[in-house]
Amino acid sequence: MLEFILAAVRAAIPAGTPLLYGTLGEVYAERSGVLNLGVEGMMIMGAVSGFAVAQTTGNVWLGILAAAVVGGLMALIHAFASVTLRVNQVVSGLALTMLGLGMSGMMGKRFVGQPLAVRLQPINIPGLSDLPVIGPLLFRFDILVYLSVLLVPVLWFVLYKTRLGVTLRSVGENPAAADALGVSVTMVRYSAVAFGGMMAGIGGAYLSISYAPAWIEGMTAGAGWIVVALTIFAIWDPRRALLGAYLFGGVRVLQFRLQPLGISPNLLNMLPFLLTILVLWLSSGEAAKRRIGSPAALMTAFSREER
Amino acid sequence: MNIPRIRFEKRLSSPQWLTLASLIVALLLAMLTIAIIFQLLGVNPLIAFQRIFRGGFGSVYGLQETMTKSIPLILAGVGLTLAFKGRMYNIGAEGQLLIGAIFATGVSRAFPELPAYILLPAMFLGGFVGGALWAVVPAILKTRFRVDEVLTSLMLVYVANEAVKFLVYGPWRGTDTRGFPITDEFPDAAHIPNILGTRIHYPTLIIAILLAVLIYLLLVRTKLGYEIRVTGENPDAARYAGMDYQKIALLVMIISGGLAGLAGMGEVAGIHYRLRPPEAISPGYGFTAIIVAWLARLNPLAAILTAFLLGGLLVGGDAIQIALNLPAATVQIFNGVILLFVISSELFNQYRLRLEV
Amino acid sequence: MSSPLPDATSTVVLRGIVKRFPGVLANDGTNLEVRQGEIHALLGENGAGKTTLMNVLYGIYHPDEGEVWVNGQSVVINSPQDAIRLGIGMIHQQYRLVQNHSVTENIVLGLREAFFFPEQEARGRIISLAEKYGMKVDPDARIWQLSAGEQQRVEILKALYRGVKILIMDEPTSMLTPGEAMELLHILRRMTAEGLTVIFITHKLEEVVEVSDRVTVMRKGRSISTLGTAKTTQKELAQLMVGRDVLFHLDKKPVQAGDVVLKIEELQVSSDKGLPAVVDFAVQVRAGEIFGIAGVSGNGQRELVEAIAGLRPVSDGRILIKGEDVTQLPPRSRIERGISFVPGERWMALIPSMSIADNLILKNYTRSPIGRGFFVDREAVASHVDGLIGTYAIATPDRHTPIKKLSGGNIQRALLAREISEKPALLIVAQPTSGLDVGATETIWQLLLAERERGTAVLLISDDLKETLSLSDHVAVIFEGQLMGQFAAREADLDQISLMMAGALRLPGMGESNAGEPA
Repeated sequence: MLEFILAAVRAAIPAGTPLLYGTLGEVYAERSGVLNLGVEGMMIMGAVSGFAVAQTTGNVWLGILAAAVVGGLMALIHAFASVTLRVNQVVSGLALTMLGLGMSGMMGKRFVGQPLAVRLQPINIPGLSDLPVIGPLLFRFDILVYLSVLLVPVLWFVLYKTRLGVTLRSVGENPAAADALGVSVTMVRYSAVAFGGMMAGIGGAYLSISYAPAWIEGMTAGAGWIVVALTIFAIWDPRRALLGAYLFGGVRVLQFRLQPLGISPNLLNMLPFLLTILVLWLSSGEAAKRRIGSPAALMTAFSREER
Repeated sequence: MNIPRIRFEKRLSSPQWLTLASLIVALLLAMLTIAIIFQLLGVNPLIAFQRIFRGGFGSVYGLQETMTKSIPLILAGVGLTLAFKGRMYNIGAEGQLLIGAIFATGVSRAFPELPAYILLPAMFLGGFVGGALWAVVPAILKTRFRVDEVLTSLMLVYVANEAVKFLVYGPWRGTDTRGFPITDEFPDAAHIPNILGTRIHYPTLIIAILLAVLIYLLLVRTKLGYEIRVTGENPDAARYAGMDYQKIALLVMIISGGLAGLAGMGEVAGIHYRLRPPEAISPGYGFTAIIVAWLARLNPLAAILTAFLLGGLLVGGDAIQIALNLPAATVQIFNGVILLFVISSELFNQYRLRLEV
Repeated sequence: MSSPLPDATSTVVLRGIVKRFPGVLANDGTNLEVRQGEIHALLGENGAGKTTLMNVLYGIYHPDEGEVWVNGQSVVINSPQDAIRLGIGMIHQQYRLVQNHSVTENIVLGLREAFFFPEQEARGRIISLAEKYGMKVDPDARIWQLSAGEQQRVEILKALYRGVKILIMDEPTSMLTPGEAMELLHILRRMTAEGLTVIFITHKLEEVVEVSDRVTVMRKGRSISTLGTAKTTQKELAQLMVGRDVLFHLDKKPVQAGDVVLKIEELQVSSDKGLPAVVDFAVQVRAGEIFGIAGVSGNGQRELVEAIAGLRPVSDGRILIKGEDVTQLPPRSRIERGISFVPGERWMALIPSMSIADNLILKNYTRSPIGRGFFVDREAVASHVDGLIGTYAIATPDRHTPIKKLSGGNIQRALLAREISEKPALLIVAQPTSGLDVGATETIWQLLLAERERGTAVLLISDDLKETLSLSDHVAVIFEGQLMGQFAAREADLDQISLMMAGALRLPGMGESNAGEPA
């Protein structure tokens, strides 16, 4: 039993890592008041461009950088549509997911079936990696895993303990208040959405460069939608995003191992979405909104002269 | 960094020609953008466009396939025109379609002995009820608890997805399927008849067109349709006139979900004759239906036409997949870009834009 | 036009400000001049253009014409940022606070000094600033935990923290209890004693007299006059504010008022913000009379009529139609009992993008001959609508034209036609002629008088005092949701009415003890 749990944790962490990247980015985007349903498209574009660049240049880091840039660029389209043009955020995000799924297929066509020639090596942390049992379990991952874990406290700190974070949250809660104090709502939202897209891109690159490591068409397989759900499930907090990502990552990777125990993988897979609906429901009341702190201006465009 | 500011001035009125012109300009720009994307990805856009057009509309076979694929798009798209008219942003038609497919399958499994003239109507009814139930959940959460229907209906798509998988991998998996995750074939009585030699399950097509006309008539000729239009255009005026918002919201969601459910029924009983994994039942008809409704400017009759166009695009997508050796998802580029441009164009009807740097 | 340099003692000078919105001229060459260290009241009715003018000064709106001078310099203020840099702060009527955040977080928002959140330092400065001006504030409290008065203090601190020298306050007492309002006036005096300048938007005369040094009166987008507060009286200000145009002489046929149609008993209604908007209000309206309610807008008129129409819940009291208690009935049932309602916000009762025909059947689509079972009878609609278009001379190409394409006068005529054609027992009309030209106004008045002659009970709400007095048989004055007095219109004394509208006079016998029998 213990062995099973250890194996589960060992599998859940890499499986949850792309979700964690995506969710951390989406937490920032939504905290600024912009819902990005294009995550799935940005992740898959990150996956394909990350793989393509790493494979052709032989440099993993260039691949990851390319994924971040591509994700960020797609997010800028979303920001332009939803912040500047003020079109419906939902539709704009959906459109970008469609676009990403379509384009990634074409871009990745010639990489299908190729194993990645260069790899991210697992990092041994002197001392920690040699610990019995938990050493190989927790301290033999590659750098992208550690980086994502490291980002959790950093992003949490920025969000709650810095001016930047206060500004970001204020824009998502009451853009008129921020605007009245000279904060550029447009600038903040563009930055947050672009950051979210970059993170989604890196999350996708993790899949194609480290997790698989290969390009498979449609390889995100709905991870972007879990990210959208997870962001709400984590109640827009980076710390809970970590928990949620490993939990749902674990669910995704363990579904077939749990089957013999009589637990249906598909029913398990419903969990993130059902829990998200539950969270939306529980946080619907005015009082609950305060307690839970969902961004009050989520999905609303802002314009100074029109109130 | 200086982001150019675009100022919006609300138009007091938007002339009819502008609506049409902006739609046409949006479509042209979308095509241009798609052409550029294709070019950049190393595919000659002219050849690709030509192949898509020929694939979807250029042959008898292509037109038959286009007709086949437009059946679910008409049903789901028409339902969405009604929901959007009533200001319920149901984007979960895909899930409602799948649950409709499950319910229809359930009916055929429960009453395999019934003759076709009872079984098929019962399955259609089952499909409608399933889709409607799936849409009622977000509707109730919206009207009773003010939970945004966009997110809940979207989340339910993935729940429906897993529900279909659960059934075909689990309790409903067939006995003679050589390990494939599909149900056994439906009894003959549960097959919707086709036009000979094609995959066009014409009873569903007739139902779809009939429902498009009925919903159009509902909107323009009935008290309920009037209430839906008023509620959608100006909820304050609806309240002022004593209309029951909750009733209307619930009704448009039931109808739009029900229609998506019928589409799911049509796919399992008209094409596959069994329940299969979700991606086999629907290549995203429920999402494409959003474009169908939007392109039709929420007119149910126009949705027949736009469904046919987008159905053709799907077929054309299959054609370039084979001819140019492109992945199946390529056609999604069209969906995404067209949707982006069409929704952005709507803005030009409502606002005059001024660029300030 | 030459513009000599303004007076050097003036901190703020606005000259010839014009601001247009689609269909509305909010500021029409407005002038304002504010001196260093004074409390300057900007007085006027709602819609007089006060807030728009101040939004121009604060950089929220760009003026279409006009000049702005601050501290003797001609300036262009493009954004609130520019305004803050010039030492101008503004506190809007609706506070711009992030409800979920702490007081400190709200105050430092938008300042770009250190990267880290300077919690200790900021708290220290906030506390010392608060003490300096005699305010009590907990820097760690969340905004939603605070009362309206405390939230306002956070807004003031936000401005002071940024070193603001000129503070604009829009209707600062509108959400406060009387005790909190007193406290605010005290704080404002402390601020001017320290050399700050305060511009104070209000429509309450009492406050002007109590706190301001000088006052500028605005009416219909223009500045009427600037006076030293000590040298004026509430009465003079009231007259300046509402204007003193001659009454129209309307050809009113004598009509014998009939039975009581509408009876309101001790009505209490809350505003959108949950504050009492209508307080112990009691009047009755008889068949065949026009009963006008006069008052500066924003004193509960809107809440009163919405409560009667069933669009706003009543917290206490009763509404009776022909003796039947309708207080708890939904809007539809009230429509069926003969209440017609022309709201002041026309678009609340119309669907702009829909056709005239669709708009004209909004009230009777449920009934025969328009509504037949499940259907709307299109021929019946056509004859009904064409009939109304003819009878009420609505100028339109046809019944299919979207109603928003008509002129203001025709839109109002269509709305009135719909409500009158219902043959109501009670017709409620709010701001029937606002924004209309003289000709259109005349026709609307004739329609209302015809209703009176038909024996309808008409309840009229208007910001335009001369309209109320010219049309009505009886007039009541409302101030802060309370009935200040009522009388026959022909006995009206304009001076008295002005004072009542400003809350400076209340006739004996009004209020709690009186059910409001007209004399």
